Amino acid sequence: MKKMELAIISGKGGTGKSSISAAFATLNEQVVLADCDVDAANLYLLFNPSNDEEVKYISGHKAVIDYFLCTNCGLCVDHCRFDAITRDKDRVAISGISCDGCFLCSRICPENAITMVPSDRSMMYSGSFRNGKMVYGRLAPGEENTGKLVTMVREKAKAVSKEYRIENIILDGPPGIGCPAISTITGVDKVIIVTEPTISGLHDMQRAAAIVLKSGRIPSVIINKSDINPEMSDQIVEWCNENSIPVAGSLPFDTKMVEAMVNAQSIYEYDPENRINNTIKDIWYNILNDN
Amino acid sequence: MIKIAVASGKGGTGKTFVATNLFYSLLHDNQNAVLVDCDAEAPNAAAFFNTAAAESQEVTQLVPVIDTERCTFCGKCREYCNYNAIFILPPVKIINVIDELCHGCGACSVACEFDAITEKPVPLGNVSRLDIYGNTALIEARSKIGVMSPVPVIKAALRKIDSIADIAVLDSPPGTSCPFIQTVSSADYVILVTEPTPFGLSDLKQSVETLRILEKPFGVIINRSGIGNNKVQDYLLDEGITLLLEIPYSKETARLYSMGRLPVEKDPSLETQLLRVFDTIYEKDGVSDYKR
Repeated sequence: MKKMELAIISGKGGTGKSSISAAFATLNEQVVLADCDVDAANLYLLFNPSNDEEVKYISGHKAVIDYFLCTNCGLCVDHCRFDAITRDKDRVAISGISCDGCFLCSRICPENAITMVPSDRSMMYSGSFRNGKMVYGRLAPGEENTGKLVTMVREKAKAVSKEYRIENIILDGPPGIGCPAISTITGVDKVIIVTEPTISGLHDMQRAAAIVLKSGRIPSVIINKSDINPEMSDQIVEWCNENSIPVAGSLPFDTKMVEAMVNAQSIYEYDPENRINNTIKDIWYNILNDN
Repeated sequence: MIKIAVASGKGGTGKTFVATNLFYSLLHDNQNAVLVDCDAEAPNAAAFFNTAAAESQEVTQLVPVIDTERCTFCGKCREYCNYNAIFILPPVKIINVIDELCHGCGACSVACEFDAITEKPVPLGNVSRLDIYGNTALIEARSKIGVMSPVPVIKAALRKIDSIADIAVLDSPPGTSCPFIQTVSSADYVILVTEPTPFGLSDLKQSVETLRILEKPFGVIINRSGIGNNKVQDYLLDEGITLLLEIPYSKETARLYSMGRLPVEKDPSLETQLLRVFDTIYEKDGVSDYKR
């Protein structure tokens, strides 16, 4: 067996990525667990890791006008491609919400009236938990550039795995298929897509599979809560077969999963005898052996 | 018109469930309403209605094209690019644009003193208008596979809704970063959907913090109540946040919804409750002058 970096994504949110990541993590004596869902990081709630290191993350910059210097010439309004600068009554106004932080306005302003202020309220944390090491990012409310923070979390996870000689890294990914999801799967060894047997689950799994295939790898699929709609589960299996995407396993809906979360444990810790754990173990060891 | 965004920090709490069922209830109540699917990375709302595609518009972004005959490899464009989208090796005269990293800000064109940069549009996704019985009912933002940011597509969808209906229900993307901010900042009121679990509560707090910074009025719907614990209710009480509705967990609801059916079609009491949520929003001072 060699080192493995496994990413778990879903397309649709709430299909059970974090619960399944937690179960995988607790099967191992030593693992590096990285929470890449930086705008809704949750795994630290289950594992309460020690806070050994905190690093500030500059998520981007926002343009700010000094009205004392501004002559209201409007050059910045004409150049901004993000509709962030408007003429508001008699003066130019910048919307922090729309500002993309490209710096162009600050470069072209003839009066040097625009400065770029860094957004530095986001953090990356790393520490130890009961099954190894944990790295996670927390994006401050309303901040952006999630993809860059995901990359930073992954680099730290790799450094930690090297330093402590821990073989496997598990990345709990974000929902969606945009920049944070792409940053989570770029260059990993294995990708698992967790889906659920709903029309939304199927549709979003197809889109998630497309970004993985585009990156040149073949994902495997876990169907969570598979008994909520067995016919839809069959449809998912059928689609996977047609597209040569392996189905790693199916897990039935079980309220024990929720109870485990409420008790800050993984399903493997909370209810070790639960039948779900057999499937989870099978999936984990199959993926490890296949790597 | 009034714009109501349905959002959540955590994914899968039931945003689309609430948005689609609320929209159906409003139509059934003869309201002039439109549903806008702003979850461009994972758009699912259309699957719940019998819609006919009426119009689709491609959303593009400009990326630079560099004329290597004119380029002197001075590097000023790379210096201006804040997204590391320009790669340049002057000794061997190599200059490349990495389209995926480009945000289309135009800074490189401004930087270039040798007229070596022109721009070409690249597709980011589509905004589609879907009709029900010949009336505009749904506007869908759908980003293209592999596109980094859904924000330009979301913005394009939001630009379409002005004055096309009395009520717009915006199905928001999850999280609290740029796609979420873009959606909720255009809304008059935000319904946050959560579930009564530790993950649900943690992500709800993050959303609440963000909406307070944005100074947006909001209330909360607890979906799947009965699972998990009561900590979300306690939190709302402590913070004085309006609890708009609790929707109990039901296997039958989950099953119907999994097939692309709307539980509200068969459940008049859910319709009444969702319309009451709408009235509550109306009655909050300053939120809107629109009354159903």
